[in-house]
Amino acid sequence: MKTSHGLNADRLRTPFLYFLYFLCVLYLLSFPVLAHTATPPDAPAVILIQNATIMTVSHGTIEHGSILIKDGRIAEVGQSINAPKGAEVIDAAGQFVIPGIIDCHSHIAAESINEGSVSVSSMVNMAEILNPDDIDIYRDLAGGVTAANILHGSANAIGGQTLVIKLRWGQPAAKLPFEGALPGIKFALGENPKRSNFSFPGQAKRYPATRMGVEETIRGAFSEARDYKKTWEAYNKRAAAGEKNLIPPRRDLRLEPLVEVLEGKRYVHSHCYREDEILMLLRVAKEFGFKVRTFQHILEGYKVADELAAAGVGASTFSDWWAYKVEAYDAIPYNAALMTRRGVVVSINSDDAEEATHLNQEAAKSMKYGGLSHEEALKMVTLNPAMQLGIDKRVGTIDVGKDADLAIYNHDPLSAYAVVQKTIIDGRVYFDRKRDIAERSEREKEKKTLIDKIKKAAEKKPEEKKPEEKKPDAKPPAGQKPSEKKPEEKKTEEKKPEDKPKPAQPPQGPVSNSDARFGASSADFGGAL
Amino acid sequence: MSFAPIRTRLLYLLYFINFLYLLSPANAGAQSPPSATYAITHAKIFTLAGSTIEDGTIVIRDGKIAAVGATVEVPAGAHVIDAKGLQVYPGIFDSITQMGLREIGAVSATVDSTETGGYNPDVVAATAVSPSSEHIPVTRAVGITEVLAVPGSGGFDSGGGGNVIGGQASAIHLAGWEIDEMLIKKSAAMVLNWPAIETQTFDFATFSRKEKPYTEAKQEYDKQVNELTDWVERARHYSQAMEKGSGAKYDRDLKLEALAPVIRGELSLLVFADRSREIRNAVEFCDKQNLKMILAGGEEAYKVKDLLHSKGIPVILRPMLSLPPEEDDPYDRLLSQPAELAAAGVKFAFASFDNSFARRLGQNAANAVAYGLPYEEALKAVTIYPAQVFGLGDQIGTLEQGKLANLIVTNGDLLELTTDVKYLFIKGQLTSLDNRHLRLYEKFSKRPKAQ
Repeated sequence: MKTSHGLNADRLRTPFLYFLYFLCVLYLLSFPVLAHTATPPDAPAVILIQNATIMTVSHGTIEHGSILIKDGRIAEVGQSINAPKGAEVIDAAGQFVIPGIIDCHSHIAAESINEGSVSVSSMVNMAEILNPDDIDIYRDLAGGVTAANILHGSANAIGGQTLVIKLRWGQPAAKLPFEGALPGIKFALGENPKRSNFSFPGQAKRYPATRMGVEETIRGAFSEARDYKKTWEAYNKRAAAGEKNLIPPRRDLRLEPLVEVLEGKRYVHSHCYREDEILMLLRVAKEFGFKVRTFQHILEGYKVADELAAAGVGASTFSDWWAYKVEAYDAIPYNAALMTRRGVVVSINSDDAEEATHLNQEAAKSMKYGGLSHEEALKMVTLNPAMQLGIDKRVGTIDVGKDADLAIYNHDPLSAYAVVQKTIIDGRVYFDRKRDIAERSEREKEKKTLIDKIKKAAEKKPEEKKPEEKKPDAKPPAGQKPSEKKPEEKKTEEKKPEDKPKPAQPPQGPVSNSDARFGASSADFGGAL
Repeated sequence: MSFAPIRTRLLYLLYFINFLYLLSPANAGAQSPPSATYAITHAKIFTLAGSTIEDGTIVIRDGKIAAVGATVEVPAGAHVIDAKGLQVYPGIFDSITQMGLREIGAVSATVDSTETGGYNPDVVAATAVSPSSEHIPVTRAVGITEVLAVPGSGGFDSGGGGNVIGGQASAIHLAGWEIDEMLIKKSAAMVLNWPAIETQTFDFATFSRKEKPYTEAKQEYDKQVNELTDWVERARHYSQAMEKGSGAKYDRDLKLEALAPVIRGELSLLVFADRSREIRNAVEFCDKQNLKMILAGGEEAYKVKDLLHSKGIPVILRPMLSLPPEEDDPYDRLLSQPAELAAAGVKFAFASFDNSFARRLGQNAANAVAYGLPYEEALKAVTIYPAQVFGLGDQIGTLEQGKLANLIVTNGDLLELTTDVKYLFIKGQLTSLDNRHLRLYEKFSKRPKAQ
């Protein structure tokens, strides 16, 4: 068989097979040994949670209360409910139940997050690169998170399309999206889209490089989108009128999502920091007749809280991050409380897989900084993000008819001493701390078995390894034969890729999705922040 | 009724007015005069030296704790703080920060934390600590009264590269008009970033991950360790020459001179290492060279806890609010480590390894308690333990007579998220809790409703 390039396929086969082997080995090495825990839990038809302190968020706290779950939904909430026949009973004596935490700004379960080459990357879609094996799904689940808004990064004024997922660990990618949740699109203002803190050797400066240019990039794109919309409308009108032999307009995958924004079918989630750029986007939105659904980060939102409230736009912010860049120098931990007091719907988000594991604690800080009530603070990570994402009819409070998405803690969830015991999604227990701990020795064993297998496989093929080893061993240290190195090399510890170039560097390394906590912030490189 | 009590009451009133003045915003950023005497009464006092006093008094005079106990007399003329319902703790010590060395992470002009070059034992953090940094009052507001400012400990400031020997860390009070007023100990430790065997690195030039074979990475590692060994040995010879005084002929070398106290065992190495392999290698190296070691980072310290315990090497732990180092580590690997280290008898402290996240130090300690660390151990790990590790245990870290009066009065559990610091003393001076964030909050709280 000849390929289109006229090469003999047989000649290619052997290297290709090796390449496949190589890919397999890479795959094995990178595979989390948690594989077996990634089996989705069974869904018992009926679960009864008993004796719990239930923080409903919508109608107060019920002491020693019960929640009945049927077919993945909350069937009953009350003081005491008798267990129906065949129900699985969870005794939550001394424990606290809250609606599952919703993270309005996340980059977990994503293969990549920044198409940074262009200033308008609306054609790319996070939905197409979901990675259900990302261990951060499980880690966040263990922090009580049940749903997350998976956003594109902030490298461009108009970024990629976004979606809301449920953290159904163990399910395939197709089962992650939150059914019925409106999709979104990421916008970004300020230092990241104008690439203030980045320069790449050999790369020309990209437009926009100022906040002025950011505005014009967005205006330009919406101007095009409006024309594109009109073209289609004209075509559809003529087609509907029965006109024959019409040629439809050429589809534009870049403009289509923006038309959806104009039509109110897609939410705008805009990254921003400074007060002026916030007002800028509100003006542009007014000009083109679309709504901004949420401002993300919005660390100076407290300066324009009235304007935000008047525009009916949600604010999704950090609890206490500041000073990692100039536009974060006026950030204050009172931001969430101040905006709330002026009538803005505020959520606290993570933008970071680790931060998401303790969003309950981050919400609690709004009680200290600005004096919000316990319920107001709890809303910041439950009902408010649900409202911002348009999923509050399904989740965000503990009410009859809503999805059984719950987190169970051993203490008041707004305390730093609270630890998640169970996380439930659609009535399935996706995380159970006791089970996790009990399975650890099993996992260790499985890990060891896999490592031993890899070791054995490596020992079997000494010839194949040779050419690979020759290069680095060209000048072996005195008195050390290449063969003597082998056992050392097989130590599993040393096989693992080291993410940390320097000990004092952030554990996630510079290519992590976002992490403003460490000085100049890896997010500034990835542009997620 | 005699006049004397009235006079005393009047005096008290005057003192009280004076005291209010000290706390007024107009006096923001200032401290009370060092000569003032204070008595904090009816407080629950966590001395961290012996048992907690349920209803006690602390007297502060001349910058020090003059008395502490359940039956202490209030001296005449003392400013009295009635702390009924409040709690008193030693001030928090954040023992790894870049306080004053980094203002805005992304703006290199405001960053002085890492010098270029591999070996900078002569650079001293105190030289570059900006006493006017906005981070200082913000950090103080959560009850942190002193920090270790650490140079050359890597991170993005150094553009992805870094020092091997990063310089001298300085212990400072978080108050003072000038660095001399702030200093506790100019040279409190020598930073050493232990070389790692890196098979995967990030290349900032091409902005991509680079992989290299283990053997190559190991060679680079060996080279770095050889270089380090060479520095230490040269410093040893230099130190010997110094001891001989003018009798010995040698050219002055500032770098080797700076290393001499390390060689003599007077200054500890603050060794940054996270992986167990690197920790083991660093311990072996320090053992062989007879150097005092403090481990910094220690994400995998639990794997070598017996070694650390037997060698008496203390650990400054990286924040537990970080992802586990390995994908297949238990999700709570870092959170449960402190309890495990405590059970193994390893002495450790918590630190922020940062500036803007310094105020999460208490939160980190509380999370360790949530995962099994005894509460009192968590308190000690942010107060007396770091003080002891850096040789300051006789000055700060507990509430005992004769120690510097670095202490805080809170309205609840020091480590809990919702607790407020009500009063803060540094060197016996009542110190303002005003800061940039509070000022912005107050300013914009007062913004008239927008039209």
